[in-house]
Amino acid sequence: MSAAFRDAFLSALVSLGLFGPIVGLQTVPAPGGLALRMRPVLVGVLVALVFFGRLLFLAFWQMRRAGGAKTFQPLLSAIEKAVPLRQTGRFVAPLLLLLALIWPFVVGRYYLDLGILVLTYVMLGWGLNVVVGLAGLLDLGYVAFYAVGAYSYALLAQFTGLGFWACLPISGLLAALWGITLGFPVLRLRGDYLAIVTLAFGEIIRIVLLNWVSLTGGPNGISGIPRPTLFGLSFSGDGPGTFAGFFHLEPSPIHRIVFLYYVILGLALLTNLVAIRLRRMPLGRAWEALREDEIASRSLGINITITKLTAFAVGACFGGFAGAFFATRQGFISPESFTFMESATVLAIVVLGGLGSQLGVALAAIVMIGGSELFREFADYRMLVFGLALVVMMAVRPRGLVATRRPSISLGAARAISAEMVAQGRG
Amino acid sequence: MNAPLLELSNVSTFYGAVQALRNVNLAVYEGEIVALIGANGAGKSTLLMTVCGNPHPRHGSVFYAGEEITGLPTYRIMRRGIAQAPEGRRIFPRMTVRENLLIGAQAGDPEAAEGQLPYVLELFPRLAERLDQRGGTLSGGEQQMLAIARALMAGPRLLLLDEPSLGLAPLVTRQIFTAIRALNQERGLTVLLVEQNAYQALRLAHRAYVLVNGMITMQGPAAELLGRPEIRAAYLEGGM
Ligand SMILES: Nc1ncnc2c1ncn2[C@@H]1O[C@H](COP(=O)(O)OP(=O)(O)O)[C@@H](O)[C@H]1O
Ligand SMILES: [Mg+2]
Repeated sequence: MSAAFRDAFLSALVSLGLFGPIVGLQTVPAPGGLALRMRPVLVGVLVALVFFGRLLFLAFWQMRRAGGAKTFQPLLSAIEKAVPLRQTGRFVAPLLLLLALIWPFVVGRYYLDLGILVLTYVMLGWGLNVVVGLAGLLDLGYVAFYAVGAYSYALLAQFTGLGFWACLPISGLLAALWGITLGFPVLRLRGDYLAIVTLAFGEIIRIVLLNWVSLTGGPNGISGIPRPTLFGLSFSGDGPGTFAGFFHLEPSPIHRIVFLYYVILGLALLTNLVAIRLRRMPLGRAWEALREDEIASRSLGINITITKLTAFAVGACFGGFAGAFFATRQGFISPESFTFMESATVLAIVVLGGLGSQLGVALAAIVMIGGSELFREFADYRMLVFGLALVVMMAVRPRGLVATRRPSISLGAARAISAEMVAQGRG
Repeated sequence: MNAPLLELSNVSTFYGAVQALRNVNLAVYEGEIVALIGANGAGKSTLLMTVCGNPHPRHGSVFYAGEEITGLPTYRIMRRGIAQAPEGRRIFPRMTVRENLLIGAQAGDPEAAEGQLPYVLELFPRLAERLDQRGGTLSGGEQQMLAIARALMAGPRLLLLDEPSLGLAPLVTRQIFTAIRALNQERGLTVLLVEQNAYQALRLAHRAYVLVNGMITMQGPAAELLGRPEIRAAYLEGGM
């Protein structure tokens, strides 16, 4: 017990050292300059909080070690029984798809916009899942490809006058090219080192966009980005060349929103389809083999270079599509939309979804993006709640929301692979 | 005799400044089982990995089927008909047995791989019962069988085995060695076998090499090496 007190005392001492100057001294405007004000009471309260907090934490830790940990287990399995994710998984996916298809007809403008936002992140999540979930390459700079796609479309439209549908594949290709460009220097890196380099890459792209004012407009961004058309029918105004005119409808801005919704739904489903198909092909198997064991993959004749580069390229390509969509939806882009926070959010979606699970990624995107939008009123606390949710999630379900991985090839009844086995080190 | 299937000529391999192989000369002829024995850290795994081009030798040459393969990228070497079951098995734990096998087939041509699956399952019936089980949930012996089966999926001419008996019960080791002998006799598969279990390896092999500190110190017919007193003293005492 005295050890615990000593530990808590030390923690309090450290916090005193930190809070003393940071919190204890406050500069206040005073006649003729600034004056220093002391806040000893506040410092005292904070240090006391740290002291007792540390004690509580240590006590809790002791309890856990003394067998308290087991009390969690029945609770968890009870939840598991009540919500049998594994069995319901088969029904959840088609239900979600159905809901996604009819969504625009059952909700209003606000939820339609929210749906578009969520679907954008679902698509980004599925794209990043190829890189992180399947190939096991930790990419912290995914936003770079999102930005490349967005700026590709904006600039192509500005300089060539091409429409959205012509630019979309080009944007994807350009993003894929950047994926390969990033892939080459990091071929030999794994894990932490790879994460650092990809992080830097994301920042480089953003800073170039910010500073290359003559091309990108720098911090002012690019505006007036053309909206997408439906086989040449535009969604603005009235008349023979417009959607409303062609179908003899009352012109309404909601048409364009509904159209955008279906565009992103289509793009997201395309991403999903391609990812699922690739996974059953030799290339997808090579990705997974690479994730599991690079040396073994090499000794089986897998071309590691090609395998890694294709993973980066495919992931980046989908990021580019999503970026082009983002640009056409907003009509305006600036480097501010492509900060590290975006990469972190998408990565969190993939990790929360259970690395490699398509359904998990979709659910995680709904929870994270939808959830944080709904709690917009508590804007100040959003990040706090978000961070807490992540920590709790990782403590309770360390392998993500949907942590079962169905074998990608199987005959007859495939046995689902449960997260618990992996967690217990039997993986 | 005709030209060897695999030949190492004056091969030296380094890890940075550390020399792991010193002027190694070694030949494996078609249809042979050749054992490579040596103590821990002698460079046995390095020799097998050097054949696969990971790492490449700094000096000397490696020939396979009459052609030089020194310096080729690993995946090209493995696609010429060499397969390895690496040390420590290294199966893919989160993938099923079937997926593990299919990845092994990737290096070979797809049609040959189709025919290979029933064959390896016949060789290791225990894998057939566990096709949809995850690799990581197999027992040690089953994992070793999977590692060998996976290597066989590409339909190789030359199989490199790195300590297949590592950490296995004697009974399981015997099963695996029986399978290796069957592969050699029925399929004419050429095998280069690395073992610390020298007694078993020498009984299985036709010829053998002894590696000490990266140098080949002895070679000859396995039965003859088995009889030599210095071999008995260094590798066999108590190792029956
Ligand atoms: N990746 C590596 N990097 C540096 N040194 C290595 C590496 N692999 C093996 N070695 C060294 O090379 C020598 C031979 O190792 P190895 O081929 O694994 O021996 P064996 O398989 O006979 O036990 C040892 O001294 C080992 O420390
Ligand atoms: Mg070894």
